[in-house]
Amino acid sequence: MRELVTGDFIWLLFAARWTLGLTVVAIVGGSLIGVIIMVLRVVPLAPARAVAIAYINVFQGTPVLGQLLIIFFGIPILTGANVSPWAAAIVSFSLYAGAYLGEIWRGSVQAIPKTQWEASASIGLSTMEQLRYVIVPQAFRISIPPTIGFWVHLVKDTSLASILGFIELTRAAQIMNAATFRPMTVFLTIASIYFVICFVLTRLSARLEGRLRVAR
Amino acid sequence: MSLVEIENVHKSYGQLEVLRGVSLNIDEGEIVAVIGRSGSGKSTLLRCINGLEPIQSGTIRFDGEQVNAPKTNLRQLRQKVGIVFQSFNLFPHLTAERNITLGLTVVKKMPLPEAKEIARKVIVQVGLEDKLTAYPDMLSGGQQQRVAIARSLAMSPKLMLFDEITSALDPELIGEVLRVLADLAKDGMTMMLVTHEMGFARNVAHRLVFMHDGEIGEEGPARAVLDAPKTPELSSFLGSVLV
Ligand SMILES: Nc1ncnc2c1ncn2[C@@H]1O[C@H](COP(=O)(O)OP(=O)(O)OP(=O)(O)O)[C@@H](O)[C@H]1O
Ligand SMILES: [Mg+2]
Repeated sequence: MRELVTGDFIWLLFAARWTLGLTVVAIVGGSLIGVIIMVLRVVPLAPARAVAIAYINVFQGTPVLGQLLIIFFGIPILTGANVSPWAAAIVSFSLYAGAYLGEIWRGSVQAIPKTQWEASASIGLSTMEQLRYVIVPQAFRISIPPTIGFWVHLVKDTSLASILGFIELTRAAQIMNAATFRPMTVFLTIASIYFVICFVLTRLSARLEGRLRVAR
Repeated sequence: MSLVEIENVHKSYGQLEVLRGVSLNIDEGEIVAVIGRSGSGKSTLLRCINGLEPIQSGTIRFDGEQVNAPKTNLRQLRQKVGIVFQSFNLFPHLTAERNITLGLTVVKKMPLPEAKEIARKVIVQVGLEDKLTAYPDMLSGGQQQRVAIARSLAMSPKLMLFDEITSALDPELIGEVLRVLADLAKDGMTMMLVTHEMGFARNVAHRLVFMHDGEIGEEGPARAVLDAPKTPELSSFLGSVLV
């Protein structure tokens, strides 16, 4: 047992870089996958829809923790290739985020009235052009609150990566608490750090929505 | 050869047969008004002509090309067939100008300056030259509908389909839209229009088609059909709309 010192708080703040790093990477990777899932889900092509739905069912229907473990321990067993914790975390959070973002965006796309599809088809636009010029720009605005809402979840979900040895915020707090046995101080501190990150995101969402309302 | 040749078209939504053997030809330059009760299949017929709805049997040819064939290039067809809807369906996130130029730049691959030139031309045609930069929600219903007409005209269609385009408008806005249609008629545009404006149908349309229960109940020169209906169905329909 030892006393908490200022350095400890800095160390906690420093551990937040993993939390943030994992979140950002998962958002980027998940967005790429999410766009593909969304497109597969809305194009008038039954096999494409089936693939997307299967993907969504798998990744929404199983816990992220399980996905993390399967990728980290399972892939090496199956392929003999070594998987670093970083690779496993990036891949599984991206796959997981892709399923959720894909569904959020599909919902936004499907909230656009059918008449917009008809009007754009009637001037000769192809499905991809309809999406790009007519549907997605309108869906984008409605998708902001749920998208950022999911990012906020993701920030907190990244604590699961501690199981692979990442000393991100939650894990760092556990270590520090074990050394100092000051749970209230330590856990309230990281709760505040999580809160600040999520609060900034929520504010960003509100700002973006307001801006888009003015600029359409 | 007529511009539009519709032969024995059957169309169903699930169990419900909406078009039950419709045959109709439209010549170039002709103006055909379609009337009939709600649910008689007027909109469906129009939407089959530009391939928005598939049909189960029969054939539809436009400009010699079969519309309902798997290999039909709908993209090319739809540049030649404009359609305007009751509810305008402008793209709300785009200005009037961009609503009009979108098809030109994306589908026709036209350079933007050239497309803007055309946008200016068609917006003048519908009398809204001062509204190019307006967004749809800044326009009245009548103005939105005129922009929607301009959006179709910009593609230089050979046929224009109008589906009750004044039905969603306040009475005082109907006139401005009908005037645009009358101008188009004068310019020789081939048109097929579903309408409840009997006066307009009588004065502007060459031919009148009365749809009844998914079939063409009666057709002929607009005035003759309206003045002397041959079937009890048309008589009773006219009775119900003219009162
Ligand atoms: N997408 C659809 N799915 C199922 N049924 C439909 C669909 N569209 C139209 N129908 C049905 O087909 C029939 C014909 O509809 P249609 O819209 O062609 O009628 P209409 O003559 O244009 O009527 P209105 O004057 O009310 O516009 C109606 O019974 C309608 O309920
Ligand atoms: Mg209709």
